[in-house]
Amino acid sequence: MAVFTQGVIFEGVDTSDPNCWTLDAYVKRGGYEALKRILQQGISQDDVIAEVKGSSLRGRGGAGFPTGLKWSFMPRNFPGDKYLVCNTDEGEPGTFKDRDILRFNPHSLIEGMIIAGYAMGVKRAYNYIHGEIFEDYVLFERALDEARAAGFLGENILGTSFTFDLFAHHGYGAYICGEETALLESLEGKKGQPRFKPPFPASFGLYGKPTTINNTESFASVPFIIRDGGQKFLEAGKPNNGGTKLFSVSGHVNRPGNYEIPLGTPFSVLLEMAGGMKNGKKLKAVIPGGSSAPVLPGDIMMDCTMDYDSISKAGSMLGSGAVIVMNEDICMVKALERLAYFYHEESCGQCTPCREGTGWLYRVIHRIEHGQGRPDDLDLLTSVGNNMAGRTICALADAAVFPVRSFTKHFRHEFEYHIEHKKCLVEHKWC
Amino acid sequence: MLSPDALKQIDREVAKYPADQARSAVMGALRIAQTELGWLSTETIEFVANYLGIPPVAAYEVATFYNMYDLKPVGKYKITVCTNLPCALGGGVDCADYLKHKLGIGFGETTPDGKFTLVEGECMGACGDAPVLLVNNHSMCSFMSHEAIDKKLAELK
Repeated sequence: MAVFTQGVIFEGVDTSDPNCWTLDAYVKRGGYEALKRILQQGISQDDVIAEVKGSSLRGRGGAGFPTGLKWSFMPRNFPGDKYLVCNTDEGEPGTFKDRDILRFNPHSLIEGMIIAGYAMGVKRAYNYIHGEIFEDYVLFERALDEARAAGFLGENILGTSFTFDLFAHHGYGAYICGEETALLESLEGKKGQPRFKPPFPASFGLYGKPTTINNTESFASVPFIIRDGGQKFLEAGKPNNGGTKLFSVSGHVNRPGNYEIPLGTPFSVLLEMAGGMKNGKKLKAVIPGGSSAPVLPGDIMMDCTMDYDSISKAGSMLGSGAVIVMNEDICMVKALERLAYFYHEESCGQCTPCREGTGWLYRVIHRIEHGQGRPDDLDLLTSVGNNMAGRTICALADAAVFPVRSFTKHFRHEFEYHIEHKKCLVEHKWC
Repeated sequence: MLSPDALKQIDREVAKYPADQARSAVMGALRIAQTELGWLSTETIEFVANYLGIPPVAAYEVATFYNMYDLKPVGKYKITVCTNLPCALGGGVDCADYLKHKLGIGFGETTPDGKFTLVEGECMGACGDAPVLLVNNHSMCSFMSHEAIDKKLAELK
């Protein structure tokens, strides 16, 4: 599958070339020039962070937190070890962008992490990679070997006193490890159960040391920001929403795939790029930012632009940029049942409201879908949801509740019909 | 219990982490052990723990937490199909139904000849390639139409 790009990470990357991931290919595209410039011109740590701040790059993993600001939280004069961690535990249903960065342009991530390490005075870093993409983990390790052999990783990088090394850690199937403190636990060789915050990772992270965690796409954007300037990156998007962004488009479109486009692009344009609706069917609903983001009816979505502010104003979140498109043949009760099952399956079990609540949500939606819904079930879903959201250590409970609230809000009549008539309002067809 | 090659691979994992943090290598070590032996018995988990110098329970709790570790024997080929929402919209449920029909087994079952185990999986981070399935945890197969499934099953001898 190709990546369709008008953006910064995949510019010039020919995804049909089996060698597009290699160091040679990356260097030919201008790769490692940003790192060389920093080290050869002795650009200060402060200036690197200022450039990233100026770009308005916001975390691409889902939360949208300003990357440069996060970097400035790292205590730079801390006397002991500090760590940098990349979160490639991409398991949010609908999201498949970071996998393509690993497969087609891994050195952009490696260079971005080296620059981040330099800016924050970190010597050792890890990339935590999603369990199910083992082949991409193996390829990433080969890219690391190339970078090490070329002197971009290890001691005295490019003949300077700067030392930095990066290793890949392979997960083995746990959605919760995408949560940054669960990821740290997992990296320490434990069950991936989130930690209480505070303390935040910037003061107590991996092995109890100061740690900064960013998403794959965030790091991979950094070489462009340093090479071409934060201002140019900012201008590629819109104010407060700097840059281009990868959108993973899945579901009922003719050309599912990754689209790297300027933030602020109208959704209608993205839908057209993805080949429009499959079989000419009518657009019914879109989940614009991964399965945890509230669903939006198609007509509301058609008025949105793809950026943090516009999607948030419409009542959802840009999240990870995973755009799940559904046509008129989908029964929204059935769709929600599938998501509810996922959160129930993936709750780590640490907090009672989430461990028990996700099971309640799934069982109630399951019985509505299977013709056994009761008149007060929608109130029960609301009540269970209210006892989950905001009452747990991490946001998985909230993530499980958002789809329930939004599906039952925007498509309430389908749930009511199901409860009353014991069957779907629409003649459901998955595809 | 494990071959010299597997132990060498585990040593490589250990070397990624600070000298006093061998526990970090437990996920990789369990993966390597499972790849070699097909599944993780309690004895295998204990062996891995002892090799890393960590309490067996620390390895056991990792093996039971992450869902790609198999704590019971599985068929020669474990096929995991994603049926999460984005994949379902791209044919994942249909793909799973076809596999159940072809293999004559349901989710969580193994064919009588011990060749195939079918498992329902959650998001693999490859929704744009739907329908997707994973063979023995490590080999991802994309765009699995009925024809592609027929071809794949014929390859898995």
